[in-house]
Amino acid sequence: MDKRSLEENIFKTLMVGSTLLILAVLLMILGTIVVKGLPFLSWSMLTQAPKSGYYLGKEGGILNAILGSLYLTGGATILAFFISLPVTLYLNVYARRGSRLVYVTRFVFDVLWGIPSIVYGAFGFTLMLFFGLHTSLLAGMITVAFLILPIMTRSMDEVIRMVPNALLDASYALGATRWETAFKVVVRQALPGILTAVLIAFGRGIGDAASLIFTAGFTDSLPSSLFRPVATLPLTIFFQFSTPIPEVRGRAYAAALILTIIILIISVVSRFLTKRFARHVVR
Amino acid sequence: MSEESLGVQRRRLFWDRASEKLLYLLVISSGLIVLLIAATLYFRSRPVLQMQPLRSLLFSLDWHPSRGSFGFLPFIAGTLWVTCVAMALAIPVCLLTSIYIAEYAPKKFREWINPLIDILAGIPSVVYGIWGVLVIVPFIKEWLAPLFHVSSTGYCVLAGGMVLAVMVFPFIIHLSTEILKAVPQELRDASLALGATKWQTIKNVVMRRAMPGIVAAIVLGISRALGETIAVMMVVGNVARLPKSLFDPAYPLPALIANNYGEMMSIPLYDSALLFASFILLLVVLYFNVVSRMILSGSKWSSYYYG
Repeated sequence: MDKRSLEENIFKTLMVGSTLLILAVLLMILGTIVVKGLPFLSWSMLTQAPKSGYYLGKEGGILNAILGSLYLTGGATILAFFISLPVTLYLNVYARRGSRLVYVTRFVFDVLWGIPSIVYGAFGFTLMLFFGLHTSLLAGMITVAFLILPIMTRSMDEVIRMVPNALLDASYALGATRWETAFKVVVRQALPGILTAVLIAFGRGIGDAASLIFTAGFTDSLPSSLFRPVATLPLTIFFQFSTPIPEVRGRAYAAALILTIIILIISVVSRFLTKRFARHVVR
Repeated sequence: MSEESLGVQRRRLFWDRASEKLLYLLVISSGLIVLLIAATLYFRSRPVLQMQPLRSLLFSLDWHPSRGSFGFLPFIAGTLWVTCVAMALAIPVCLLTSIYIAEYAPKKFREWINPLIDILAGIPSVVYGIWGVLVIVPFIKEWLAPLFHVSSTGYCVLAGGMVLAVMVFPFIIHLSTEILKAVPQELRDASLALGATKWQTIKNVVMRRAMPGIVAAIVLGISRALGETIAVMMVVGNVARLPKSLFDPAYPLPALIANNYGEMMSIPLYDSALLFASFILLLVVLYFNVVSRMILSGSKWSSYYYG
Protein backbone atom coordinates (compact mmCIF):
# COMPACT_ATOMS: atom_id res chain seq x y z
CA MET A 1 0.00 0.00 0.00
CA ASP A 2 1.47 3.36 -0.92
CA LYS A 3 1.51 6.39 1.34
CA ARG A 4 -1.39 8.12 -0.36
CA SER A 5 -3.90 5.38 0.17
CA LEU A 6 -2.60 4.73 3.67
CA GLU A 7 -3.42 8.32 4.61
CA GLU A 8 -6.80 8.06 2.95
CA ASN A 9 -7.59 4.87 4.83
CA ILE A 10 -6.58 6.35 8.18
CA PHE A 11 -8.83 9.33 7.66
CA LYS A 12 -11.66 7.21 6.37
CA THR A 13 -11.50 5.11 9.51
CA LEU A 14 -11.53 8.26 11.62
CA MET A 15 -14.54 9.56 9.72
CA VAL A 16 -16.55 6.39 10.09
CA GLY A 17 -15.47 6.31 13.72
CA SER A 18 -16.73 9.79 14.50
CA THR A 19 -19.99 9.22 12.64
CA LEU A 20 -20.52 6.08 14.69
CA LEU A 21 -19.57 7.96 17.85
CA ILE A 22 -22.33 10.48 17.21
CA LEU A 23 -24.87 7.74 16.57
CA ALA A 24 -23.73 5.97 19.73
CA VAL A 25 -24.15 9.14 21.78
CA LEU A 26 -27.66 9.62 20.39
CA LEU A 27 -28.57 6.03 21.26
CA MET A 28 -27.03 6.41 24.70
CA ILE A 29 -29.04 9.55 25.47
CA LEU A 30 -32.33 8.05 24.29
CA GLY A 31 -31.47 4.76 25.98
CA THR A 32 -30.70 6.43 29.32
CA ILE A 33 -34.00 8.29 29.30
CA VAL A 34 -36.05 5.24 28.31
CA VAL A 35 -34.37 2.87 30.78
CA LYS A 36 -34.58 5.31 33.66
CA GLY A 37 -37.98 6.77 32.86
CA LEU A 38 -40.07 3.80 31.77
CA PRO A 39 -40.38 2.12 35.20
CA PHE A 40 -41.75 5.32 36.70
CA LEU A 41 -44.16 6.10 33.90
CA SER A 42 -47.73 5.50 34.98
CA TRP A 43 -51.21 6.49 34.06
CA SER A 44 -51.65 8.65 37.16
CA MET A 45 -48.58 10.65 36.18
CA LEU A 46 -50.31 11.73 33.02
CA THR A 47 -53.73 12.39 34.48
CA GLN A 48 -53.21 13.97 37.89
CA ALA A 49 -51.85 17.21 39.23
CA PRO A 50 -49.33 17.01 42.08
CA LYS A 51 -51.07 16.34 45.42
CA SER A 52 -49.76 17.41 48.79
CA GLY A 53 -46.46 15.73 49.56
CA TYR A 54 -45.86 14.97 45.89
CA TYR A 55 -42.33 16.31 46.07
CA LEU A 56 -41.65 13.99 49.00
CA GLY A 57 -42.66 11.01 46.90
CA LYS A 58 -46.41 10.84 47.53
CA GLU A 59 -49.33 10.58 45.10
CA GLY A 60 -49.88 12.74 42.06
CA GLY A 61 -48.73 13.41 38.54
CA ILE A 62 -47.45 16.09 36.26
CA LEU A 63 -50.62 16.96 34.41
CA ASN A 64 -50.09 20.57 35.50
CA ALA A 65 -46.81 20.69 33.59
CA ILE A 66 -48.05 18.81 30.52
CA LEU A 67 -51.06 21.09 30.13
CA GLY A 68 -49.00 24.15 31.05
CA SER A 69 -46.39 23.37 28.41
CA LEU A 70 -49.01 22.69 25.74
CA TYR A 71 -50.95 25.89 26.49
CA LEU A 72 -47.85 28.03 26.77
CA THR A 73 -46.13 26.73 23.66
CA GLY A 74 -49.40 26.58 21.74
CA GLY A 75 -50.13 30.21 22.52
CA ALA A 76 -46.59 31.26 21.70
CA THR A 77 -46.73 29.39 18.40
CA ILE A 78 -49.98 31.14 17.44
CA LEU A 79 -48.54 34.54 18.37
CA ALA A 80 -45.38 33.90 16.37
CA PHE A 81 -47.38 32.56 13.43
CA PHE A 82 -49.29 35.81 13.02
CA ILE A 83 -46.00 37.63 12.57
CA SER A 84 -44.06 34.95 10.68
CA LEU A 85 -46.51 34.25 7.90
CA PRO A 86 -47.10 37.88 6.85
CA VAL A 87 -43.38 38.65 7.07
CA THR A 88 -42.38 35.71 4.86
CA LEU A 89 -45.16 36.49 2.40
CA TYR A 90 -43.94 40.08 2.22
CA LEU A 91 -40.37 38.92 1.59
CA ASN A 92 -41.38 36.49 -1.14
CA VAL A 93 -44.38 38.07 -2.84
CA TYR A 94 -44.54 41.81 -2.18
CA ALA A 95 -40.88 42.82 -2.01
CA ARG A 96 -38.88 43.25 -5.20
CA ARG A 97 -36.89 40.05 -5.81
CA GLY A 98 -33.34 40.36 -4.54
CA SER A 99 -33.91 43.76 -2.95
CA ARG A 100 -31.80 45.11 -0.10
CA LEU A 101 -34.71 44.94 2.36
CA VAL A 102 -35.17 41.22 1.74
CA TYR A 103 -31.47 40.62 2.24
CA VAL A 104 -31.28 42.60 5.46
CA THR A 105 -34.44 41.05 6.92
CA ARG A 106 -33.22 37.50 6.30
CA PHE A 107 -29.90 38.42 7.84
CA VAL A 108 -31.55 39.92 10.92
CA PHE A 109 -33.72 36.86 11.46
CA ASP A 110 -30.66 34.64 11.22
CA VAL A 111 -28.95 36.74 13.85
CA LEU A 112 -32.08 36.66 16.04
CA TRP A 113 -32.01 32.89 15.77
CA GLY A 114 -28.57 32.90 17.29
CA ILE A 115 -29.53 34.78 20.45
CA PRO A 116 -29.49 32.35 23.39
CA SER A 117 -32.76 31.53 25.09
CA ILE A 118 -31.51 32.76 28.46
CA VAL A 119 -31.14 36.22 26.90
CA TYR A 120 -34.69 36.01 25.59
CA GLY A 121 -35.65 35.06 29.13
CA ALA A 122 -33.94 38.13 30.56
CA PHE A 123 -35.53 40.30 27.89
CA GLY A 124 -38.97 38.80 28.54
CA PHE A 125 -38.44 39.42 32.23
CA THR A 126 -37.74 43.14 31.73
CA LEU A 127 -40.74 43.42 29.38
CA MET A 128 -42.85 41.71 32.01
CA LEU A 129 -41.78 44.17 34.72
CA PHE A 130 -42.30 47.07 32.31
CA PHE A 131 -45.91 46.09 31.70
CA GLY A 132 -46.49 45.40 35.39
CA LEU A 133 -47.05 41.67 34.91
CA HIS A 134 -45.92 38.92 37.26
CA THR A 135 -44.57 35.53 36.31
CA SER A 136 -47.51 34.14 34.38
CA LEU A 137 -48.71 32.07 31.47
CA LEU A 138 -48.99 35.25 29.40
CA ALA A 139 -45.44 36.45 30.14
CA GLY A 140 -44.05 33.00 29.32
CA MET A 141 -46.06 32.86 26.12
CA ILE A 142 -44.77 36.20 24.91
CA THR A 143 -41.16 35.30 25.74
CA VAL A 144 -41.35 31.96 23.94
CA ALA A 145 -43.05 33.69 21.01
CA PHE A 146 -39.99 35.94 20.67
CA LEU A 147 -37.73 32.89 20.98
CA ILE A 148 -39.41 30.87 18.24
CA LEU A 149 -40.25 33.76 15.90
CA PRO A 150 -36.93 33.61 14.02
CA ILE A 151 -37.02 29.80 13.85
CA MET A 152 -40.51 29.79 12.38
CA THR A 153 -39.84 32.66 10.00
CA ARG A 154 -36.63 31.16 8.65
CA SER A 155 -38.15 27.70 8.14
CA MET A 156 -41.27 29.16 6.53
CA ASP A 157 -39.18 31.39 4.29
CA GLU A 158 -37.25 28.33 3.19
CA VAL A 159 -40.43 26.64 1.88
CA ILE A 160 -42.20 29.66 0.49
CA ARG A 161 -39.08 30.47 -1.51
CA MET A 162 -39.54 27.16 -3.28
CA VAL A 163 -42.90 28.21 -4.69
CA PRO A 164 -42.12 28.69 -8.39
CA ASN A 165 -42.26 32.20 -9.79
CA ALA A 166 -44.30 30.91 -12.71
CA LEU A 167 -47.14 30.26 -10.30
CA LEU A 168 -47.02 33.87 -9.12
CA ASP A 169 -46.91 35.13 -12.70
CA ALA A 170 -49.87 32.98 -13.66
CA SER A 171 -51.84 34.40 -10.76
CA TYR A 172 -50.97 37.99 -11.70
CA ALA A 173 -51.83 37.31 -15.32
CA LEU A 174 -55.34 36.33 -14.27
CA GLY A 175 -55.66 39.73 -12.66
CA ALA A 176 -55.13 38.76 -9.04
CA THR A 177 -53.62 41.33 -6.70
CA ARG A 178 -50.52 40.60 -4.66
CA TRP A 179 -52.66 40.09 -1.54
CA GLU A 180 -54.79 37.51 -3.34
CA THR A 181 -51.74 35.84 -4.85
CA ALA A 182 -50.01 35.66 -1.48
CA PHE A 183 -52.86 34.36 0.62
CA LYS A 184 -54.83 32.32 -1.90
CA VAL A 185 -52.16 30.88 -4.18
CA VAL A 186 -48.82 30.85 -2.37
CA VAL A 187 -50.19 29.83 1.01
CA ARG A 188 -52.13 26.97 -0.54
CA GLN A 189 -49.16 25.71 -2.52
CA ALA A 190 -46.86 25.88 0.52
CA LEU A 191 -49.36 24.72 3.14
CA PRO A 192 -47.66 21.46 4.25
CA GLY A 193 -44.36 23.32 4.41
CA ILE A 194 -45.90 26.08 6.48
CA LEU A 195 -47.30 23.51 8.89
CA THR A 196 -43.85 21.93 9.12
CA ALA A 197 -42.34 25.28 10.04
CA VAL A 198 -45.00 25.74 12.72
CA LEU A 199 -44.29 22.28 14.12
CA ILE A 200 -40.53 22.83 14.15
CA ALA A 201 -41.06 26.06 16.09
CA PHE A 202 -43.45 24.33 18.49
CA GLY A 203 -40.95 21.54 19.12
CA ARG A 204 -38.21 24.05 19.84
CA GLY A 205 -40.46 26.03 22.15
CA ILE A 206 -41.76 23.12 24.21
CA GLY A 207 -38.28 21.90 25.10
CA ASP A 208 -36.89 25.22 26.19
CA ALA A 209 -36.41 25.93 29.87
CA ALA A 210 -33.97 28.81 30.13
CA SER A 211 -36.38 31.43 28.82
CA LEU A 212 -39.11 30.33 31.23
CA ILE A 213 -37.28 30.42 34.56
CA PHE A 214 -37.84 34.16 34.79
CA THR A 215 -41.16 34.46 33.10
CA ALA A 216 -43.51 31.51 33.58
CA GLY A 217 -42.87 30.73 37.24
CA PHE A 218 -44.10 27.43 38.62
CA THR A 219 -47.25 26.12 40.26
CA ASP A 220 -48.77 22.84 41.36
CA SER A 221 -52.23 23.68 40.12
CA LEU A 222 -53.49 23.23 36.60
CA PRO A 223 -53.21 26.31 34.37
CA SER A 224 -56.30 28.43 34.95
CA SER A 225 -55.61 31.98 33.88
CA LEU A 226 -53.32 33.92 31.58
CA PHE A 227 -52.17 36.01 34.50
CA ARG A 228 -51.21 33.20 36.89
CA PRO A 229 -47.92 31.30 37.02
CA VAL A 230 -47.84 28.08 35.06
CA ALA A 231 -45.88 24.83 35.34
CA THR A 232 -43.93 23.61 32.32
CA LEU A 233 -42.39 20.24 31.48
CA PRO A 234 -38.71 21.25 31.24
CA LEU A 235 -38.86 23.10 34.55
CA THR A 236 -40.76 20.34 36.33
CA ILE A 237 -38.09 17.91 35.14
CA PHE A 238 -35.36 20.24 36.34
CA PHE A 239 -36.89 20.81 39.78
CA GLN A 240 -37.76 17.17 40.44
CA PHE A 241 -34.34 16.10 39.28
CA SER A 242 -32.59 18.34 41.80
CA THR A 243 -34.15 16.59 44.83
CA PRO A 244 -32.38 13.65 46.45
CA ILE A 245 -35.57 11.57 46.94
CA PRO A 246 -35.38 8.61 44.51
CA GLU A 247 -39.17 8.50 43.90
CA VAL A 248 -39.20 12.13 42.82
CA ARG A 249 -36.07 11.78 40.70
CA GLY A 250 -37.69 8.80 39.04
CA ARG A 251 -40.61 10.96 38.10
CA ALA A 252 -38.19 13.48 36.63
CA TYR A 253 -36.92 10.70 34.33
CA ALA A 254 -40.46 9.75 33.42
CA ALA A 255 -41.30 13.40 32.69
CA ALA A 256 -38.17 13.67 30.56
CA LEU A 257 -39.33 10.58 28.68
CA ILE A 258 -42.74 12.16 28.08
CA LEU A 259 -41.14 15.38 26.80
CA THR A 260 -38.77 13.44 24.54
CA ILE A 261 -41.66 11.41 23.13
CA ILE A 262 -43.65 14.58 22.40
CA ILE A 263 -40.65 16.03 20.57
CA LEU A 264 -40.00 12.82 18.63
CA ILE A 265 -43.63 12.72 17.50
CA ILE A 266 -43.39 16.32 16.33
CA SER A 267 -40.19 15.57 14.47
CA VAL A 268 -41.67 12.51 12.73
CA VAL A 269 -44.84 14.35 11.73
CA SER A 270 -42.91 17.31 10.34
CA ARG A 271 -40.63 15.00 8.37
CA PHE A 272 -43.72 13.31 6.92
CA LEU A 273 -45.20 16.68 5.97
CA THR A 274 -41.94 17.78 4.36
CA LYS A 275 -41.94 14.65 2.19
CA ARG A 276 -45.55 15.29 1.20
CA PHE A 277 -44.74 18.87 0.42
CA ALA A 278 -41.80 17.91 -1.76
CA ARG A 279 -44.11 15.66 -3.77
CA HIS A 280 -46.59 18.39 -4.56
CA VAL A 281 -44.21 21.20 -5.41
CA VAL A 282 -44.62 22.35 -8.98
CA ARG A 283 -41.11 22.41 -10.35
CA MET B 1 -68.16 47.92 -16.30
CA SER B 2 -70.99 48.26 -13.89
CA GLU B 3 -70.91 50.62 -10.94
CA GLU B 4 -70.82 47.69 -8.52
CA SER B 5 -67.87 45.80 -9.99
CA LEU B 6 -65.92 49.07 -10.20
CA GLY B 7 -66.42 49.35 -6.45
CA VAL B 8 -65.13 45.83 -5.98
CA GLN B 9 -62.09 46.61 -8.15
CA ARG B 10 -61.33 49.72 -6.19
CA ARG B 11 -61.63 47.85 -2.91
CA ARG B 12 -59.29 45.12 -4.10
CA LEU B 13 -56.69 47.59 -5.28
CA PHE B 14 -57.00 49.63 -2.11
CA TRP B 15 -56.50 46.55 0.02
CA ASP B 16 -53.54 45.49 -2.10
CA ARG B 17 -51.80 48.80 -1.41
CA ALA B 18 -52.86 49.03 2.21
CA SER B 19 -51.66 45.50 2.90
CA GLU B 20 -48.30 46.32 1.35
CA LYS B 21 -47.83 49.24 3.76
CA LEU B 22 -48.99 47.20 6.74
CA LEU B 23 -46.75 44.24 5.96
CA TYR B 24 -43.84 46.60 5.32
CA LEU B 25 -44.31 48.05 8.81
CA LEU B 26 -44.48 44.54 10.27
CA VAL B 27 -41.25 43.50 8.54
CA ILE B 28 -39.42 46.63 9.69
CA SER B 29 -40.61 46.35 13.28
CA SER B 30 -39.80 42.65 13.56
CA GLY B 31 -36.36 43.47 12.22
CA LEU B 32 -35.94 45.99 15.00
CA ILE B 33 -36.40 43.34 17.72
CA VAL B 34 -32.62 42.93 17.96
CA LEU B 35 -32.22 46.60 18.78
CA LEU B 36 -35.13 46.47 21.19
CA ILE B 37 -33.58 43.57 23.12
CA ALA B 38 -30.17 45.24 23.25
CA ALA B 39 -31.62 48.59 24.31
CA THR B 40 -33.79 47.09 27.08
CA LEU B 41 -30.98 45.05 28.54
CA TYR B 42 -28.57 47.99 28.38
CA PHE B 43 -31.08 50.29 30.01
CA ARG B 44 -31.67 47.81 32.84
CA SER B 45 -27.98 47.22 33.43
CA ARG B 46 -27.15 50.93 33.71
CA PRO B 47 -27.52 51.11 37.54
CA VAL B 48 -24.72 48.61 38.06
CA LEU B 49 -22.62 50.26 35.36
CA GLN B 50 -22.91 53.56 37.20
CA MET B 51 -21.94 51.99 40.52
CA GLN B 52 -18.87 50.17 39.32
CA PRO B 53 -16.50 50.95 36.45
CA LEU B 54 -16.77 48.60 33.48
CA ARG B 55 -13.21 47.39 33.95
CA SER B 56 -13.75 46.14 37.46
CA LEU B 57 -17.06 44.56 36.46
CA LEU B 58 -15.36 42.55 33.76
CA PHE B 59 -11.98 41.84 35.35
CA SER B 60 -12.57 41.64 39.08
CA LEU B 61 -12.73 38.34 40.93
CA ASP B 62 -14.68 39.84 43.77
CA TRP B 63 -18.23 38.50 43.65
CA HIS B 64 -20.19 39.56 46.75
CA PRO B 65 -23.61 40.80 45.67
CA SER B 66 -24.73 41.49 49.24
CA ARG B 67 -21.75 43.82 49.71
CA GLY B 68 -22.41 45.43 46.38
CA SER B 69 -19.34 44.16 44.57
CA PHE B 70 -19.92 42.47 41.26
CA GLY B 71 -16.80 41.03 39.62
CA PHE B 72 -17.75 38.89 36.65
CA LEU B 73 -14.33 37.43 35.91
CA PRO B 74 -14.99 33.97 37.44
CA PHE B 75 -18.13 33.64 35.35
CA ILE B 76 -16.58 34.94 32.15
CA ALA B 77 -13.64 32.57 32.68
CA GLY B 78 -16.05 29.71 33.37
CA THR B 79 -17.90 30.40 30.13
CA LEU B 80 -14.64 30.54 28.15
CA TRP B 81 -13.29 27.31 29.69
CA VAL B 82 -16.41 25.31 29.06
CA THR B 83 -16.83 26.66 25.53
CA CYS B 84 -13.18 26.01 24.61
CA VAL B 85 -13.34 22.43 25.89
CA ALA B 86 -16.59 21.86 24.03
CA MET B 87 -15.19 23.19 20.77
CA ALA B 88 -11.92 21.28 21.11
CA LEU B 89 -13.98 18.10 21.35
CA ALA B 90 -16.62 19.02 18.80
CA ILE B 91 -14.58 20.47 15.92
CA PRO B 92 -12.63 17.34 14.89
CA VAL B 93 -15.62 15.02 15.31
CA CYS B 94 -17.94 17.36 13.41
CA LEU B 95 -15.51 17.96 10.55
CA LEU B 96 -14.79 14.27 10.06
CA THR B 97 -18.47 13.39 10.22
CA SER B 98 -19.58 16.07 7.81
CA ILE B 99 -16.84 15.18 5.31
CA TYR B 100 -17.99 11.58 5.58
CA ILE B 101 -21.65 12.47 5.07
CA ALA B 102 -21.01 14.90 2.23
CA GLU B 103 -18.28 13.04 0.32
CA TYR B 104 -18.11 9.35 1.16
CA ALA B 105 -21.41 8.12 2.54
CA PRO B 106 -23.68 6.20 0.16
CA LYS B 107 -26.97 7.95 -0.61
CA LYS B 108 -29.00 5.42 1.37
CA PHE B 109 -26.92 6.03 4.48
CA ARG B 110 -27.26 9.78 4.06
CA GLU B 111 -31.03 9.44 3.92
CA TRP B 112 -31.27 7.88 7.33
CA ILE B 113 -28.49 9.65 9.12
CA ASN B 114 -29.91 13.13 8.54
CA PRO B 115 -33.15 12.45 10.45
CA LEU B 116 -31.11 10.96 13.29
CA ILE B 117 -28.96 14.07 13.53
CA ASP B 118 -32.16 16.12 13.48
CA ILE B 119 -33.37 14.14 16.49
CA LEU B 120 -30.13 14.93 18.29
CA ALA B 121 -30.78 18.60 17.54
CA GLY B 122 -34.31 18.37 18.88
CA ILE B 123 -33.52 16.79 22.25
CA PRO B 124 -34.32 19.38 24.93
CA SER B 125 -31.52 20.88 26.92
CA VAL B 126 -32.78 19.50 30.23
CA VAL B 127 -32.65 15.94 28.85
CA TYR B 128 -29.02 16.49 27.83
CA GLY B 129 -28.47 17.67 31.39
CA ILE B 130 -29.93 14.49 32.88
CA TRP B 131 -27.81 12.38 30.57
CA GLY B 132 -24.78 14.40 31.64
CA VAL B 133 -25.46 13.85 35.33
CA LEU B 134 -26.19 10.15 34.92
CA VAL B 135 -23.47 9.22 32.45
CA ILE B 136 -20.77 11.86 31.99
CA VAL B 137 -20.37 12.95 35.62
CA PRO B 138 -19.86 9.41 37.03
CA PHE B 139 -17.62 8.59 34.07
CA ILE B 140 -15.34 11.51 34.94
CA LYS B 141 -15.46 10.89 38.66
CA GLU B 142 -14.76 7.19 38.54
CA TRP B 143 -12.69 6.72 35.40
CA LEU B 144 -11.17 9.82 33.92
CA ALA B 145 -10.11 11.68 37.07
CA PRO B 146 -8.40 8.65 38.70
CA LEU B 147 -6.63 8.06 35.39
CA PHE B 148 -4.98 11.48 35.77
CA HIS B 149 -4.52 11.00 39.53
CA VAL B 150 -6.82 13.82 40.54
CA SER B 151 -9.93 13.67 42.63
CA SER B 152 -13.02 15.31 41.22
CA THR B 153 -16.69 15.27 42.04
CA GLY B 154 -17.31 14.84 38.34
CA TYR B 155 -19.21 18.13 38.25
CA CYS B 156 -16.55 20.10 36.40
CA VAL B 157 -15.43 22.03 33.33
CA LEU B 158 -14.81 18.82 31.41
CA ALA B 159 -18.33 17.51 32.10
CA GLY B 160 -19.82 20.80 30.94
CA GLY B 161 -17.62 20.78 27.86
CA MET B 162 -18.51 17.21 26.93
CA VAL B 163 -22.25 17.75 27.25
CA LEU B 164 -21.97 21.01 25.34
CA ALA B 165 -19.92 19.38 22.60
CA VAL B 166 -22.68 16.83 22.00
CA MET B 167 -25.23 19.63 21.92
CA VAL B 168 -23.44 21.58 19.18
CA PHE B 169 -22.70 18.46 17.08
CA PRO B 170 -25.92 18.53 15.05
CA PHE B 171 -25.69 22.27 14.53
CA ILE B 172 -22.15 22.32 13.12
CA ILE B 173 -22.56 19.08 11.17
CA HIS B 174 -25.71 20.31 9.47
CA LEU B 175 -24.14 23.60 8.38
CA SER B 176 -20.80 22.22 7.27
CA THR B 177 -22.36 19.36 5.32
CA GLU B 178 -24.40 21.93 3.40
CA ILE B 179 -21.27 23.97 2.74
CA LEU B 180 -19.28 20.96 1.51
CA LYS B 181 -22.13 19.92 -0.77
CA ALA B 182 -22.18 23.41 -2.27
CA VAL B 183 -18.61 23.08 -3.57
CA PRO B 184 -19.00 22.71 -7.36
CA GLN B 185 -18.57 19.21 -8.69
CA GLU B 186 -16.33 20.47 -11.55
CA LEU B 187 -13.58 21.30 -9.05
CA ARG B 188 -13.59 17.71 -7.79
CA ASP B 189 -13.67 16.33 -11.32
CA ALA B 190 -10.73 18.50 -12.38
CA SER B 191 -8.65 17.39 -9.43
CA LEU B 192 -9.52 13.71 -9.90
CA ALA B 193 -8.75 13.97 -13.61
CA LEU B 194 -5.26 15.19 -12.75
CA GLY B 195 -4.67 11.96 -10.89
CA ALA B 196 -5.32 13.04 -7.32
CA THR B 197 -6.89 10.50 -5.03
CA LYS B 198 -10.28 11.15 -3.54
CA TRP B 199 -8.78 12.10 -0.18
CA GLN B 200 -6.22 14.42 -1.80
CA THR B 201 -9.04 16.08 -3.68
CA ILE B 202 -11.01 16.57 -0.49
CA LYS B 203 -8.00 17.81 1.45
CA ASN B 204 -6.52 20.15 -1.14
CA VAL B 205 -9.48 21.23 -3.24
CA VAL B 206 -12.81 20.78 -1.47
CA MET B 207 -11.66 21.79 2.00
CA ARG B 208 -9.69 24.75 0.73
CA ARG B 209 -12.70 26.02 -1.15
CA ALA B 210 -15.08 25.36 1.77
CA MET B 211 -12.80 26.71 4.49
CA PRO B 212 -14.38 30.15 5.05
CA GLY B 213 -17.80 28.53 5.24
CA ILE B 214 -16.58 25.88 7.67
CA VAL B 215 -15.02 28.57 9.85
CA ALA B 216 -18.34 30.41 9.85
CA ALA B 217 -20.14 27.22 10.85
CA ILE B 218 -17.72 26.72 13.73
CA VAL B 219 -18.11 30.32 14.90
CA LEU B 220 -21.88 29.85 14.86
CA GLY B 221 -21.38 26.70 16.90
CA ILE B 222 -19.29 28.66 19.41
CA SER B 223 -21.96 31.31 19.77
CA ARG B 224 -24.53 28.59 20.34
CA ALA B 225 -22.32 27.03 22.99
CA LEU B 226 -21.79 30.33 24.79
CA GLY B 227 -25.44 30.76 25.58
CA GLU B 228 -26.43 27.21 26.45
CA THR B 229 -27.83 27.24 29.95
CA ILE B 230 -29.69 24.40 31.62
CA ALA B 231 -27.68 21.37 30.53
CA VAL B 232 -24.35 23.00 31.35
CA MET B 233 -25.62 24.32 34.66
CA MET B 234 -26.62 20.80 35.71
CA VAL B 235 -23.16 19.30 35.26
CA VAL B 236 -20.60 22.06 35.70
CA GLY B 237 -20.65 22.44 39.48
CA ASN B 238 -21.48 26.14 39.74
CA VAL B 239 -18.70 27.38 42.01
CA ALA B 240 -17.76 31.04 41.56
CA ARG B 241 -13.99 30.55 41.42
CA LEU B 242 -11.48 30.61 38.62
CA PRO B 243 -11.15 27.03 37.37
CA LYS B 244 -7.52 25.86 37.31
CA SER B 245 -7.93 22.54 35.57
CA LEU B 246 -10.43 20.57 33.55
CA PHE B 247 -11.51 18.78 36.69
CA ASP B 248 -12.38 21.96 38.63
CA PRO B 249 -15.93 23.19 38.84
CA ALA B 250 -16.84 26.36 36.96
CA TYR B 251 -19.74 28.78 36.89
CA PRO B 252 -20.59 30.03 33.39
CA LEU B 253 -22.53 33.25 32.82
CA PRO B 254 -25.82 31.69 31.66
CA ALA B 255 -25.87 29.46 34.73
CA LEU B 256 -25.31 32.50 36.93
CA ILE B 257 -28.26 34.27 35.36
CA ALA B 258 -30.56 31.26 35.60
CA ASN B 259 -29.59 30.21 39.12
CA ASN B 260 -30.11 33.47 40.93
CA TYR B 261 -33.58 34.44 39.94
CA GLY B 262 -34.79 33.85 43.50
CA GLU B 263 -32.44 36.22 45.32
CA MET B 264 -32.26 38.69 42.51
CA MET B 265 -35.07 40.98 43.64
CA SER B 266 -34.11 41.13 47.33
CA ILE B 267 -30.52 42.40 47.00
CA PRO B 268 -30.04 45.90 45.59
CA LEU B 269 -28.44 46.05 42.15
CA TYR B 270 -28.41 42.26 41.86
CA ASP B 271 -31.07 42.26 39.16
CA SER B 272 -29.20 44.96 37.30
CA ALA B 273 -25.98 42.94 37.55
CA LEU B 274 -27.65 39.81 36.18
CA LEU B 275 -29.18 41.74 33.31
CA PHE B 276 -25.74 43.21 32.67
CA ALA B 277 -24.49 39.62 32.43
CA SER B 278 -27.12 38.85 29.82
CA PHE B 279 -26.22 42.07 28.02
CA ILE B 280 -22.56 40.95 27.74
CA LEU B 281 -23.70 37.55 26.53
CA LEU B 282 -25.95 39.18 23.94
CA LEU B 283 -23.19 41.44 22.61
CA VAL B 284 -20.68 38.60 22.27
CA VAL B 285 -23.18 36.30 20.59
CA LEU B 286 -24.39 39.06 18.26
CA TYR B 287 -20.83 39.85 17.25
CA PHE B 288 -20.06 36.19 16.45
CA ASN B 289 -23.31 35.79 14.59
CA VAL B 290 -22.93 38.88 12.46
CA VAL B 291 -19.35 38.00 11.52
CA SER B 292 -20.12 34.42 10.55
CA ARG B 293 -23.32 35.26 8.74
CA MET B 294 -21.40 37.84 6.78
CA ILE B 295 -18.84 35.24 5.77
CA LEU B 296 -21.67 32.93 4.74
CA SER B 297 -23.68 35.50 2.84
CA GLY B 298 -20.69 37.07 1.13
CA SER B 299 -19.78 33.79 -0.49
CA LYS B 300 -21.32 31.66 -3.17
CA TRP B 301 -22.58 29.08 -0.70
CA SER B 302 -25.54 30.96 0.45
CA SER B 303 -27.70 32.18 -2.35
CA TYR B 304 -30.15 32.15 0.50
CA TYR B 305 -30.19 35.84 1.20
CA TYR B 306 -30.71 36.83 -2.39
CA GLY B 307 -33.95 35.14 -3.25
